[in-house]
Amino acid sequence: MVDYKVTDISEHMSFLEMMDVLNEQLVNQGEEPVAFDHDCREGICGMCSMYINGEAHGPDRGVTTCQLHMRMFKDGDTITIEPFRAKAFPVIKDLVVDRSSFDRIQHAGGYISVNTSGNTQDANAIPISKYAADEAMDAATCIGCGACVASCKNASAMLFVGAKVSQYALLPQGRIEAVDRVKNMVAQMDLEGFGNCTNTGACEIECPKGISLENIARMNREYLSANIKD
Amino acid sequence: MSVLDSKVPKGPLKTKWTDYKDHINLVNPANKRNIDVIVVGTGLAGGSAAATLAELGYNVKTFCYQDSPRRAHSIAAQGGINAAKNYQGDGDSVYRLFYDTVKGGDYRSREANVYRLAEVSANIIDQCVAQGVPFARDYGGLLDNRSFGGVLVSRTFYAKGQTGQQLLLGAYSAMNRQIARGKIVPYNRHEMLDVVKVDGKARGIIARNLVTGELERHSAHAVVIASGGYGNLYFLSTNAMGSNATAAWKIHKKGAFFANPCYTQIHPTCIPRSGDYQSKLTLMSESLRNDGRIWVPKNIEDVKAIREGRKKPTDLSEDERDYYLERRYPAFGNLVPRDVASRAAKERCDAGYGVNATGEAVYLDFASAIERYGKEQAKIHNIQNPSAAKIYELGKAIIEAKYGNLFQMYEKIVDENPYETPMMIYPAVHYTMGGIWVDYNLMTTIPGCYAIGEANFSDHGANRLGASALMQGLADGYFVLPYTIGDYLSNEIRTGKIPTDTPEFDEAEKSVQDKIDFFISNNGKHSVDYYHKKLGKIMWDKCGMSRNAQGLKEAASEIKELREDFYKNVSVPGTANELNSELEKAGRVADFLELGELFAKDALLREESCGGHFREESVELEGEQKGEAKRNDAEFAYVAAWEYKGEPSEAVLHKEQLEFNEIELKQRSYK
Repeated sequence: MVDYKVTDISEHMSFLEMMDVLNEQLVNQGEEPVAFDHDCREGICGMCSMYINGEAHGPDRGVTTCQLHMRMFKDGDTITIEPFRAKAFPVIKDLVVDRSSFDRIQHAGGYISVNTSGNTQDANAIPISKYAADEAMDAATCIGCGACVASCKNASAMLFVGAKVSQYALLPQGRIEAVDRVKNMVAQMDLEGFGNCTNTGACEIECPKGISLENIARMNREYLSANIKD
Repeated sequence: MSVLDSKVPKGPLKTKWTDYKDHINLVNPANKRNIDVIVVGTGLAGGSAAATLAELGYNVKTFCYQDSPRRAHSIAAQGGINAAKNYQGDGDSVYRLFYDTVKGGDYRSREANVYRLAEVSANIIDQCVAQGVPFARDYGGLLDNRSFGGVLVSRTFYAKGQTGQQLLLGAYSAMNRQIARGKIVPYNRHEMLDVVKVDGKARGIIARNLVTGELERHSAHAVVIASGGYGNLYFLSTNAMGSNATAAWKIHKKGAFFANPCYTQIHPTCIPRSGDYQSKLTLMSESLRNDGRIWVPKNIEDVKAIREGRKKPTDLSEDERDYYLERRYPAFGNLVPRDVASRAAKERCDAGYGVNATGEAVYLDFASAIERYGKEQAKIHNIQNPSAAKIYELGKAIIEAKYGNLFQMYEKIVDENPYETPMMIYPAVHYTMGGIWVDYNLMTTIPGCYAIGEANFSDHGANRLGASALMQGLADGYFVLPYTIGDYLSNEIRTGKIPTDTPEFDEAEKSVQDKIDFFISNNGKHSVDYYHKKLGKIMWDKCGMSRNAQGLKEAASEIKELREDFYKNVSVPGTANELNSELEKAGRVADFLELGELFAKDALLREESCGGHFREESVELEGEQKGEAKRNDAEFAYVAAWEYKGEPSEAVLHKEQLEFNEIELKQRSYK
């Protein structure tokens, strides 16, 4: 743990702009800056992480760290920043962690086996109820940041995997391979060393995109019926 | 004679692409297994290209600096993707999409490329739906559309305000399928730092592993650059913090011509800057202009009162507001193209009517839309004589369903509720139409080196229409490159694996290593950001929304001086053999400092106003169009492609004359 002091922080600054001020200060002193992941800075790429004062993406709700603003803190506050912690997210440096386990889960089944030839049928050939499409969209909103894992006492990835499974399970195009998909993705999730879900619900509260626990329930149903069908 | 051969096939525009595909050389499936392709960048263009090439049977390696391909900045595109489906039956067609795109681009794009883009656009939607992209639908279960600036039809498909995210996740899912089969090997947290040429052909790259700092050699039979645009030249832009021009600039230095660098899109609806610490700007989707009305106060006293906090925007009556886009452009109103809307905002703010402390903001107001939708909903729900509060409640629900996530994002950043008070917006750098010059096959002037998506120059001319970037990225990656690259690779079936222990790879790696060692041992006194911010200020002030000869000359020499100072005084802490973000930034800013000068040189040459490039010396002096941009087709209907010769000031110009056979060149009028 290292203590740093930063001054002249405006309430309109984002949390990462405050980190920029700190790093600029460190570089000017000839010291190494604090390494952290970030990219789009508008809450959609899912690259930024950080566990701030004991919460993934900090104290605000429905935002990523890059959208967190300094107006959420008081002048003079001491802020504790840690990397996301989980066995399946090894720390690379400072606040940067390796989340490639999420990618491997998606390689295991996060797709529909359709060629990208453009010779598919017309997009309107299969009508999809607006409710199903909207629900699939809500699941697909997941940005894969890993806040759910970092918030979970079991370091479970079930909200993430549930969201990915649900998006496809809710659409007719995804139903074809639903059985294999859920089995393969869950198997990979377990292999990566993520824990199991004990329905605490911290993940849903800390998720910057409001991914609902219903997705975990849906994945469990899919998983159960997939194994019965075997 | 110019050395530029666009290789546009002969024959009628409408059948060019089909005829061309019928006669192109193909690679036998068994031979594809022996051919390697490198794809740099994994956004919509790179991701879709990698997936399709792997599916065809080539061995693909992808490279991205993010920790996962799915984080590329295409993910941030909000509004939608165009396609000539004509599901709305409002008169849309391939020809109209083609026409709108050429006109919107102010007649500075290549006709044949744009027609092909419009032709394959419908396939993209079919493809994405098959992949499970959850586009917005209506209650009948069919796909919904919205309209965008600069067009008169409703052809934009969308997934809430997160269309780019959903399309990128779609392309990424197609990649996953190929990664699982071993046909794509993803190199994440890797950055391409040079291209390697052997006998004049692109044969590989040097990449740095950003975690270990190790330099790696990768060989291939073709190299595809899909690394996006160079908007971060301005320091502040809507691009991601890591978005950079390094891959594009490195191939430029090895022989790929750079086309029209001065064509930059300044997007009209971004959240205004709040202070000097600002690290990036956030876009609010242009789709907001479907329902939002843009205005500033009519009277300068009201502007003052608002800035001093004595009045609120909602205190001003309709008569006291200047809906300047509706006033100046009655036919298109708030839906004029982006370049027109941005300049109009700048004009009002320069005249002193900007509504925030920096004087750089205008209002985007949803009050009328909330009322309109509210009344409509009251009718639908059969509510007689609804109260104003009821109308507001019903209307707000509709606006929330359409733009809820954007409103929430605005409120989180600005700390104001946009349902109750108008949003403040101001233009910001968003997209670069210029880029690596490519022929009809999307090949650069280096044989075997391709550029796709925002990284190339070909489809948007001098101004890109809304919802066309996603279309172009996916068109290039899914449907164009996989065909055209086969024509080149059909000559590579006997080449065999390309070795990396050759003098060409030695030399390229050494020059990359030397540059890294230089930065690490420079021990200067200023940070990389210090230089990046200075460069951004020069660009914004002198190469921004409007430009003049004197400013551009100053910009070129100031950037040159800044570059010299950078090499003397930049400081990069840490070592080369670890994750070192300052070192990564130093390399990118070094390239921006060269590209910026070429940009100014290109802008100076183009003594006309077209699209995103507005030259103050070239305006209409009389008539209905007085004060509007004046294009000069007689002298400037060409692509300016620059050849690298050392210093940017010594770059040599090659012209590709643009021919328009299907479309009559007209002044763009949105009045």
